[in-house]
Amino acid sequence: MNLHPTTAGLLLAGILFVLGLISVLIRRNIIFMLLSVEIMLNAAGLAFVVAASHWGQADGQVMFMFILAMAAAEVSVGLALILQLYHQLRTLDSDEASRMNG
Amino acid sequence: MDIAFIVAALIAVAATVRVVTCYNIMHALLYLVVSLLAVSVVLYTYGAPFMAVLEIIIYAGAIMVLIIFFVMMLNLGLETAEHEKAWLRPRIWIVPGLFCIVLLGELLYLILQNKQPAAGIQVVPPKQVGMALFGPYLIAVELTGILLMAGIVGAYHLGRQHKKTLHRFLENNLNT
Repeated sequence: MNLHPTTAGLLLAGILFVLGLISVLIRRNIIFMLLSVEIMLNAAGLAFVVAASHWGQADGQVMFMFILAMAAAEVSVGLALILQLYHQLRTLDSDEASRMNG
Repeated sequence: MDIAFIVAALIAVAATVRVVTCYNIMHALLYLVVSLLAVSVVLYTYGAPFMAVLEIIIYAGAIMVLIIFFVMMLNLGLETAEHEKAWLRPRIWIVPGLFCIVLLGELLYLILQNKQPAAGIQVVPPKQVGMALFGPYLIAVELTGILLMAGIVGAYHLGRQHKKTLHRFLENNLNT
């Protein structure tokens, strides 16, 4: 197994992203769905850093920092939304929110 | 390929699989922290030490602590003590602890050995990142600041509890 480092890094990022995607699709607990989105964002950032090391340019790492800031903002707003949902419905099941028709 | 990369990648994938298949939220968070630490070691092997440190500080530090506090806040009640007891059984710490020890040894090995990165990997120093960040990407930095501001305001607005504005005497009068 003698892969080029860029190929190996992109493969790892792809595997992590697919794991997060599967978790978003199969999970019903809404906190787990938020965690899976975090895994996917992290995998995307890893791909950016691998690309930065392949080209020797700083742009990929700059994008990684933006992804970090975006993940922080997303988690804070997402947790506040989950808190409201929990107070309204008394559960963390995302299917329960499907009756919230407009 | 580097042996350090292979070990860290295997730990990252194994910990992420455990996150996906775990039913208990605290165990999943424990494994997710291990996964983030492993990804941080991968970033270090790809010549981005500053990004590895940021990954630990922001992802494994700030964001995970936020989620753990949130999960603990939602479980207020009489059964909290039993939950705590179930979460903190020593048996569940063994595998994440082993992963963390392997990652720590790997990091020490990488730092002490101080060798050049593998062929095909170019190290991008933090200075170059900073020059790019406050040169061509200045507008994006400002926009990120506005995004964080919007996150703060949105979290405050959404997370606010509706307070009672009436005195209970007036409320009783209204109900009758």
